[in-house]
Amino acid sequence: MAELQAMTALGARQAAVAVVGPVTITERCDVALASVAARRGRMADLARAAQAAGVPLPDAARHAGGAVYNAFWVAPEMWFVEAPFASHELIADQLKAALGDAASVTEQSDAWVIYDLTAPDLAPLLERLCNVDFPAAPDGFATRTVIEHLGCYLIRHGRGQVRIIGARSSAGSLLHALEVAAAAAW
Amino acid sequence: MIIHHPILGPRDAQEFVYLGDAALIDRPDGMTAGVEVFHDWLYNRDNPAGEHRELWYHEQGDRSWLVVTRNTVTHEITRVELARDVARSKGRSK
Repeated sequence: MAELQAMTALGARQAAVAVVGPVTITERCDVALASVAARRGRMADLARAAQAAGVPLPDAARHAGGAVYNAFWVAPEMWFVEAPFASHELIADQLKAALGDAASVTEQSDAWVIYDLTAPDLAPLLERLCNVDFPAAPDGFATRTVIEHLGCYLIRHGRGQVRIIGARSSAGSLLHALEVAAAAAW
Repeated sequence: MIIHHPILGPRDAQEFVYLGDAALIDRPDGMTAGVEVFHDWLYNRDNPAGEHRELWYHEQGDRSWLVVTRNTVTHEITRVELARDVARSKGRSK
């Protein structure tokens, strides 16, 4: 059998790490993603199955953490679920088995690039990048927004801790935008 | 311009894509309504100076379709509803 080597979204063997001033941008290749959408009229069934499986289904514009699965809201009755890649490489199959026919599950890991941003305060960076009112947003806030013309999900874990999920095909452009804005901010 | 999304609150209009007259929801049955009615639905639009109900898509947000009631003269937005709810209240989207 062919020996295949996994590549990151940037075409490298190792996840990228960039440090610009006080900001550290870390590419996360160890997170598996899948979307979960309730089928019509099956929200109550999905809520029951998700609770039993330990999959949080947070309210609109929110992120919630669980024991293994984390999830954030993306649309009415639809969520993105995160899990450790090492144990959940087949996250879509695992969620499908856990949630049954109440939900439509789609593998998303290979469609996105994940950057974790850390700094004492990320407001000066994010106010240059997007229209999210970051200082006013609560921790656990999750939204879709536009960064440098790229549609991204932005999740606020804290004043200095943010996860940005962008299209994998634009991973390099998104990282460049983050680095340039960080260089301008500090 | 700010659109007050029913779920997400105030959002900048640049996150949205504009489609047009919300009467598009009321598609007649092309097999029974007759060609004149269907032609009217497909091609003819009112162009009111004043209140207008229109479809907006929250592309850079939660991807929901909205029915926005907007005054085309003042740009004042008086009502924003989820198109899903509007369609279902009309018996569409079974």
